Amino acid sequence: MGLFDKQFESGGFIITKVDDILNWARLSSLWPIGFGLACCAIEMMATMASNYDLDRFGVFPRPSPRQSDIMLVAGTVTFKMADRVRRLYEQMPEPRYVISMGSCANCGGPYWEHGYHVVKGVDRVIPVDVYVPGCPPRPEALIGGILKLQDKIRNESLMVPKALVD
Amino acid sequence: MTVQEIADAITAKFGEDAIIEKKLDILQPALYINPAKLVEVCFFLRDTEPYYFDYLSCISGVDYGVKENMLGVVYHLASIPNEGFQLTLHVKIPRTTENGDLPSVPSVSAVWKAADWLERETYDLVGIKFENHPDLRRILCPDDWIGHPLRKDYEVQEYYHGIKVKY
Repeated sequence: MGLFDKQFESGGFIITKVDDILNWARLSSLWPIGFGLACCAIEMMATMASNYDLDRFGVFPRPSPRQSDIMLVAGTVTFKMADRVRRLYEQMPEPRYVISMGSCANCGGPYWEHGYHVVKGVDRVIPVDVYVPGCPPRPEALIGGILKLQDKIRNESLMVPKALVD
Repeated sequence: MTVQEIADAITAKFGEDAIIEKKLDILQPALYINPAKLVEVCFFLRDTEPYYFDYLSCISGVDYGVKENMLGVVYHLASIPNEGFQLTLHVKIPRTTENGDLPSVPSVSAVWKAADWLERETYDLVGIKFENHPDLRRILCPDDWIGHPLRKDYEVQEYYHGIKVKY
């Protein structure tokens, strides 16, 4: 963002770096695969609905992993679901990002000790970029997580290995 | 209609050994049924005037613990023609069998269709086999899960498909 804020002056030329325009394009249209697994999904839906309007950040839910850029894991991941989570993640085209939303997806949440059926954190199945804490997180927190992911993408580079940027 | 009357009718038809124990002065009066006669008793309760227990509300599995070494199944019946009159049936069986198989109880899915999935859940979580069940598979846990999680002595497996299970 900020690239097209000012009106073009002489004849519609802009000069930018490939990194900047690629990152700008990527972070301005983060399409998540709809992945509501539990009560966090209600907050995710509220965030996408008109009051909080995630569409203003270019976040627009997709019904297919093939069309998605981020996976928004909203809710409790059970072991039965873990295989499906992994498969859907593998079906997403790169670059792909994961936001883990809520305590259950972060670390097992209230099931951490006696929940035999719950994966103790979705990061045991797929790599996670941003963790959003809360049980469930408020829409503001989820928006905060998405902005955090945008910050992360903004600093990526085609030239520099990812580890150096981090 | 009282539970005592129903118990008398069952003993009159199926003999003294059909009911093992009666608990009548509690909130949900209960009859402990001999597992060998469970299906006949259930058909009788469903089809006989004026009882008509045509609705199976719930089946629960109970683990009475390693010390007592018993498992139980609890059937909550309701009779819609009698304004939802309720009756509770219990079945108790030993927790272990001689050959190491899961302990078994006759299936009542022929009596009430609702029993199908309820018995699958009881099998999945408590580990009770239901004889003559049409499709006895796990219903909540994955098909290749090990053990029955609501047993008192259940120990969770260490890994499932390469994912560490414990925190």
